[in-house]
Amino acid sequence: MNYADKFKKTFFTENPVTGMLLGMCPTLAVTSSAENGIGMGLATTFVLMGSNLVISLLRNIIPARVRIPAFIVVIATFVTIVDMGLQATLFELHKTLGLFIPLIVVNCIILGRAEAFASKNSVLQSFIDGLFNGLGFTFSLFILGTIREILGSGAILGMTFIPENFRTVLLFVLAPGAFITLGFMLVGMNRISKALGGK
Amino acid sequence: MAEMALIIVGAIFVNNVVFTKFLGICPYLGVSKKIDTAVGMSMAVVFVLTLAGAITYILQYYVLVPIKMEYLQTIVFILVIASLVQLVEIVMKKVAPALYKALGIFLPLITTNCAILGIAILSVQSNYNFLLTVVFSFASAIGFGVALILFAGIRETLEIREVPKVFAGAPIALIIAGILAMAFMGFAGMVK
Repeated sequence: MNYADKFKKTFFTENPVTGMLLGMCPTLAVTSSAENGIGMGLATTFVLMGSNLVISLLRNIIPARVRIPAFIVVIATFVTIVDMGLQATLFELHKTLGLFIPLIVVNCIILGRAEAFASKNSVLQSFIDGLFNGLGFTFSLFILGTIREILGSGAILGMTFIPENFRTVLLFVLAPGAFITLGFMLVGMNRISKALGGK
Repeated sequence: MAEMALIIVGAIFVNNVVFTKFLGICPYLGVSKKIDTAVGMSMAVVFVLTLAGAITYILQYYVLVPIKMEYLQTIVFILVIASLVQLVEIVMKKVAPALYKALGIFLPLITTNCAILGIAILSVQSNYNFLLTVVFSFASAIGFGVALILFAGIRETLEIREVPKVFAGAPIALIIAGILAMAFMGFAGMVK
C-alpha cells in the first residue's frame, strides 16, 4: 500500500467530510470548539479501526445476505465501548458530546468503510484504512472547530487571544455558523484537492 | 395538555431537529433537490419516527430496564430501528400499495437517518411518558419535514440561477441551510 497516496486521499481528495460529504451530523454538531472536534474525531477513529479490524477478520464468515445487520452489531459494540470508556475517563468531554456518542453508530463513514473496504481486504490493510479515514475525519473536524472557535469565541484550543472587551461573532459558535463555515470550508478544500490533482 | 402543546411547538420550531439538534443532516442535504422527493421523504420520516418512538419506549421500559441492561440501549435501538424499517416496508407493500409506491425508495434510506435513533434516545433521556414520547417523536418528524420542504423550495429556484462555479453544489446548499438556521433562531426563547 502506498501511504503517501493514501494520506493524500483520506485527508484531501477523498476526505470523508469535505470530499464525500459523509458524517455531516457530528461534523456540524460538535465543532463549536477545536477540542470537541478532536474528541469526536478520535472517538470515531477508534470505532472505525475496531470495526474495520473485526469485520475484516470475519469477512469470510459473515453471509453476504445478512452482512449489513452484522456490520451494525459490530459497530454498535465498539460505540458502546467508547461511550462507557469516555464516561469513565473523560467525563466532561462525554457530557459535551452527549447524544452524538451513541450516534456514532449511524455515522455513514463507518458503515461505508466496512462495506467498501474491510469486507474485501486483509486485516492489516483494513486496520490502516480505518486509521487513515478516522484521522482524515478528525482533521476536517479540527479545522472546522478551529475556524469556528477563532471567529466565535476568539480562542484557539481554549486559549483566549483577543482583548477582553473585544466583541466576537457569536453566530459562529451557534448553529447557523456551523453550516456557513462548512460551506466556505468545502470551497477551500475543493480548491486544494484540485491543486493536488484529485477529481 | 399545555405540556403537550409546548412539546409540539418546541420540537417543530424552537428546537428544530435539523437546525438546532443537527440530526438527519445527511438526508436533509441528499434528498432536497426537488420538492416532490422532499415531501415523500418527510412523509416516510413522520411515519417511521412516530412508530420507532413508540416501540423504543416499550423496549426501554418493559425490556431493558426490568432486566437491568440499559447499557445495551444503542445496540438494541439501532437493530430494532433497522428491522422496523424493513418490516414497515413489507407490511406496507401488502396493505397499502398506493402509499408504498409514494414512499418507495425513501423507506430503506431512513435507517441511516440519525434523527430516528437520536430522537428515540432523547425521549428516554427526557423521561417522557408513553404519550409524550409519541407526541415528541411525531412533532420532531414534522419539524424535519418543515425544514426539508422549505429547503427544497429554495434549492429548486437555485437550479436556474447562476452560482459561482466553486460554490456550486454542496457549498452553496450549506450556506443556504445556515441562513435558514439563522431564520429559525428567531424562534429561540419562545419555549424553553
